[in-house]
Amino acid sequence: MKKLKLLILGAALCSGTAAMANQDLMTKMEDPTQWAIQTGDYANQRYSELDQINADNVGDLQVAWSFSTGVLRGHEGSPLVVGDTMYVHTPFPNIVYALDLNEDGKIKWKYQPKQDPNVIPVMCCDTVNRGVAYADGKIFLHQADTKVVALDADTGEVIWEVMNGDAAKGETNTATVMPVKDKVIVGISGGEFGVRGSVTAYNMADGSLAWRAYSMGPDSDILFDPEKTTMLGKPVGADSGTNTWQGDQWMIGGGTTWGWYSYDPEADLIYYGSGNPSTWNPTQRPGDNRWSMTIFARDPDDGMAKWVYQMTPHDEWDYDGINEMILTDQEVDGQMRKLLTHFDRNGLGYTMDRITGELMVAEKYDPAVNWTTGVDMDPNSATYGRPSVVAEYSTEQNGEDENSTGICPAALGSKDQQPASYSPKTELFYVPTNHVCMDYEPFRVSYTAGQPYVGATLSMYPAPDSHGGMGNFIAWDNIKGEIKWSIPEQFSVWSGALATAGDVVFYGTLEGYLKAVSAETGEELYRFKTPSGIIGNVMTFEQGGKQYIGILSGVGGWAGIGLAAGLTKANDGLGAVGGYAALSDYTALGGQLTVFALPD
Amino acid sequence: MTRPFPLIAAAALMLTSSGLCAAENITMDDPNIAVAYEEDGRYYTDDGVPTFNVKADGTVDWPTFSGFRRYHAECHVCHGPDGEGSTYAPALKQSALTLDYYDFLDVVTNGRQKVDAAENSVMPAFGTNANVMCYIDDIYTYLKARGMEAVPRGRPAKKDRKSDVFVENENACMGS
Repeated sequence: MKKLKLLILGAALCSGTAAMANQDLMTKMEDPTQWAIQTGDYANQRYSELDQINADNVGDLQVAWSFSTGVLRGHEGSPLVVGDTMYVHTPFPNIVYALDLNEDGKIKWKYQPKQDPNVIPVMCCDTVNRGVAYADGKIFLHQADTKVVALDADTGEVIWEVMNGDAAKGETNTATVMPVKDKVIVGISGGEFGVRGSVTAYNMADGSLAWRAYSMGPDSDILFDPEKTTMLGKPVGADSGTNTWQGDQWMIGGGTTWGWYSYDPEADLIYYGSGNPSTWNPTQRPGDNRWSMTIFARDPDDGMAKWVYQMTPHDEWDYDGINEMILTDQEVDGQMRKLLTHFDRNGLGYTMDRITGELMVAEKYDPAVNWTTGVDMDPNSATYGRPSVVAEYSTEQNGEDENSTGICPAALGSKDQQPASYSPKTELFYVPTNHVCMDYEPFRVSYTAGQPYVGATLSMYPAPDSHGGMGNFIAWDNIKGEIKWSIPEQFSVWSGALATAGDVVFYGTLEGYLKAVSAETGEELYRFKTPSGIIGNVMTFEQGGKQYIGILSGVGGWAGIGLAAGLTKANDGLGAVGGYAALSDYTALGGQLTVFALPD
Repeated sequence: MTRPFPLIAAAALMLTSSGLCAAENITMDDPNIAVAYEEDGRYYTDDGVPTFNVKADGTVDWPTFSGFRRYHAECHVCHGPDGEGSTYAPALKQSALTLDYYDFLDVVTNGRQKVDAAENSVMPAFGTNANVMCYIDDIYTYLKARGMEAVPRGRPAKKDRKSDVFVENENACMGS
């Protein structure tokens, strides 16, 4: 630790920004034998250089060991592996286990916070948690009640803790945090409770507040420079976080920040997206509702926004923009470009220049998407960068108390938070998707602090005139904006993918299968049915010269709401039983980690 | 998963599983179900407890339709579509049949907790939430209709018109 600080100090003197980077964490992220951050690396590629398990032998995969978390609700995220220790987290009550990989996963320490159970029902969609983070010898846990805790990675002792929000106002947490340099970047949930979203940076050393940037509000709240912060190359101007709202509605404006965060150390920018504006009834909040549904690029030191892009102005469907931003360096038209690729809930796959915020590609990554005919890509147009909304599917134009039918995708989005992966070998993105459509009827709703503030009713069903299933697992070309191949799935794919140098892509399914497919063709190479449905993310690590694959099972989350009983109007296909393909016919609750390896 | 394990472990022994039996035994002439009289578009049992009314052609009374909408805004994120339950909250279409009307009101208004080693199920108190409380009778009759399968899953196809008294009450309750 001392050594590291000296190193940082020394380097900082000579070369400024880059030197401030958290070298210890970056070294661990670059080491494929470890899994030091939920997202695989800062770029969110979820790609591993490990190739002991590969397309030729993955069919021989076996369960090496397993671990019950002792908790029944939905298990999102994944374990971390740092050195010889694996860190496993659970949904509420947010237990953290440190397992000794040298002793068959013996429990080194266990941390169980005390939280007020009243936070449980304030969480919109189950009590999921997307995992802990590691940096500087600390494990960072962001609890359901928004308390951020730094634990000693060796002993589990609390080093510091800080409350990020107030659960009594509906502020909760489901996300992991991202350690960057000497700070921890922290988001917030509660868009269905009229929470005003924010991103907060705490100092890693002691948990003191460094900065907070709201998603909407005055420039001083959203940390925008009206002259320097740009959208699609143009300065946003003054009061951009309030002037597209009626009155003071921005104060309960939503735009929460519960997704994944990425970081480009060279550009020194963090990237994330904001969620839906509150309420779900668009008629009650006229205007573009900036900066909900927005991609942000911010300076991690002071939080100032460099550029933004609002994908879905004036949301009418709950298409949160929080999904991960995957950072890649790829050749486009003969030039190396620094790209950001984002699969939005709204069904569009965006490719942007992550330095300038230029929009390069915006194409549908599910052919079922119908609410828009596409994004205006003409820089000279007055509506540059805006999606063109199809009137028939506009819940705003159809109006309050009208049921808009056949909208694709459903509020779940063509993809929710379940993160995609990217293989630099194939230059393809592997994307877990939902193939679900909806009817949506907005109506008047009144705001009470700490109470749901929804204002719409909706029913969801598998995409009509398709394969009958509710999901696809696709390979996506982010430069052409095209699907390369697509695997139909009976249920939404709610598990984060992993691509490896072994030319294999892994993902989990809601029935509980861990699947391995060819990175090139999508051909299935392996499947194993774990004890419960999978909404966790696949990870990999190496221990004692052997590569392992780890996955959390434990069905739940938003997927556990609609799919447990089956969605309405299910049509035949993929062997759907009867009228409804009910997840409860396939799997039951139970949190378990399963670790796979090749036989000796 | 419609009836999740933790709930079977505790509450469901009492509510859900007995609800299943109840649903099989309860008939449309049950005193808690049968319509005794109508007032301004809302239907009541002999005891003055709100109930649903579905005509032969499938037309549902307006309050029950309203209950369908409000349920899917306020309740379904935990209790699943159509009162069917989720992986972590019970199927209310059963609870509406097995719980007495006044107990139902009590749980919605004041909430309740079942938190122990086996489960962590918490029903919040909705007493101050106009979006729930102004429509609580609607939600109740909708769930009762679902429990009796008098209304199928999904959006009811036909509904009575909203009565003037309903509009008046709604405006008074929601504050406009």
